[in-house]
Amino acid sequence: MTAARMTSGRALGARSEGLRRDGLRRDGAWPWLFVMPLLTGVTVFYLYPIVATLWMSLTKTGEFGRGSRFVGPANYETLVTDPKLLGALGNTLTFTGIVLLGVPISVLLAALISRPGLRFAKVYRVLYFMPYVAMPVAVAIVWKMIFNGEYGILNYALRSMGVANPPYWLSTPGVALIAVSILGLWSSIGFNMIIISAGLKSIPVELYEAADLDGASPTRQFFSITVPLLTPSIFFLSVMTGIGGFQLFDTIFVLISPMSPAMPSTKSLVYLFYQEAFVNGNRGYGAAIAVFVMALIGLVTIIQFRLQRRWVTYV
Amino acid sequence: MSRTKRYGTMWLTHAVLILGAFTMVFPFFWQIWLSLMSNAEVTAVPPTLIPAQFKWQNYVTVFERIPFLNQFWNSVLITVIRTIGQVVLCSLAGYAFARMHFRGRGALLAVVLSILMVPGQIYLLPQYQLIQGMHLLDTTWGIVLPGIFSAFGTFLMRQFFVGLPNELEESARLDGANPFQIFYLVMLPLAKPAISAVVITTVLWSWNDLLWPLVVTSQDKSMPLSVGIAMFAGRDTTDYSVMMAAATMAMAPILILFVALQRRVIEGLAHTGLKG
Repeated sequence: MTAARMTSGRALGARSEGLRRDGLRRDGAWPWLFVMPLLTGVTVFYLYPIVATLWMSLTKTGEFGRGSRFVGPANYETLVTDPKLLGALGNTLTFTGIVLLGVPISVLLAALISRPGLRFAKVYRVLYFMPYVAMPVAVAIVWKMIFNGEYGILNYALRSMGVANPPYWLSTPGVALIAVSILGLWSSIGFNMIIISAGLKSIPVELYEAADLDGASPTRQFFSITVPLLTPSIFFLSVMTGIGGFQLFDTIFVLISPMSPAMPSTKSLVYLFYQEAFVNGNRGYGAAIAVFVMALIGLVTIIQFRLQRRWVTYV
Repeated sequence: MSRTKRYGTMWLTHAVLILGAFTMVFPFFWQIWLSLMSNAEVTAVPPTLIPAQFKWQNYVTVFERIPFLNQFWNSVLITVIRTIGQVVLCSLAGYAFARMHFRGRGALLAVVLSILMVPGQIYLLPQYQLIQGMHLLDTTWGIVLPGIFSAFGTFLMRQFFVGLPNELEESARLDGANPFQIFYLVMLPLAKPAISAVVITTVLWSWNDLLWPLVVTSQDKSMPLSVGIAMFAGRDTTDYSVMMAAATMAMAPILILFVALQRRVIEGLAHTGLKG
């Protein structure tokens, strides 16, 4: 900063001189040296794959995963009538919906953690954030034990609280998805709180002072000042949760065994994609699922951006 | 008056926060706790709350069941190479997109950013075929390679560089520095907040990611820990306490790093959130 101020006089002169010489300054070959390494990789590993997947989704993979022939939109025709796909779509949406419940919970917790003069705020912040940084696979391994129907600690706790027949969380169709969602909720709260806390910091203190003078209760202040001014952060989180929800894979892979009776009613879109493309060697069909997921995420995101005008307050 | 009222309810705030914190931390505690029990104790009904004696032996047994050291080393290598690679490539490209003038800059940036909108599965099959074609399946480079190129990291770096003042560059140019020297000696040292955001997201993702390394590795020794312990958990349905020990050791390095660097990590991620 100091350096910038000290040299600014000279720099201003230099800039106007540069502008006089050739209008817009060009940097010759230098920019290309800077961007080429990245652009090469992006082209090979990202742009080409998009085209390749689109093409692949129009082909059928031969026996033993060898060779492929063009079949046009046949994969998509199979896809839209495939009960497995509809199931996976429903499961994914349910999961995303439950994890979205974490947003209001996070707003409440972040508001509490940001109270001025709160002791141990730093300790709380670290503890709440741990699930977000921990390896999902490792975390899912212990949740598998916690959720275990017979010797899991969760059912032990439920039984001692008087619940007669707590469910077999991971092997009961319908219930297993809730277990997976609870884990998703648990690991998302920390990140949500960080984003909300940053949003809270940007609310001017004067608003609360004025509300205090007008005699507004803390609860009233929370709903009339805090929540409306947090809507941009809340919107950002719902978009991120929406996109993240569609990526559900690790937890299911570890928590639910492939042969479990609960698998069909828990399986996510990405899990279905993995199974078709890499386990069954059905690349063409897998590619069609991937394209479908992309279209869906695009659609959901567009809808969210459309709806935001109705409820997000920008200052 | 309302001040005192606010502080008066502090105990209620603590009560809620402690309950939440307990929920957040309990699984970690329970994992370590189970890792110290015997297998019979882990599967006892009702559950064992206090083991007869701590079975530290479980941590030794991990090394007999899976090639833990190989997998640990793989995870370290993948994380380090990807992080260095991303920092170098993203800061170079991000800088050029932010502060250099060249034909097609806007269009190229739009193309790079469009990658952010596309879910990972779209790339997965062709990436796999590419890595297979390069004979890199079951190698560290095979796991590392696609993830070294990051649109997100480039975006973060660009957003940071766009906000820097022109004067620094101009005066360095007057002093006869070439564009690379300006970038490396003047601008890059200023970009520490953005670099640390890139480092944090890449380290977390590289260490924890499952799907990609799962797809490109098939041999125990070439897997990173995420795949290694997922496979161990899928295969071995009897040795729960050893599994818990393995999972504890797999996530420990990141958790220790996080607790040591907590403020930086949290600020770095808040930064990515606000800009993203």
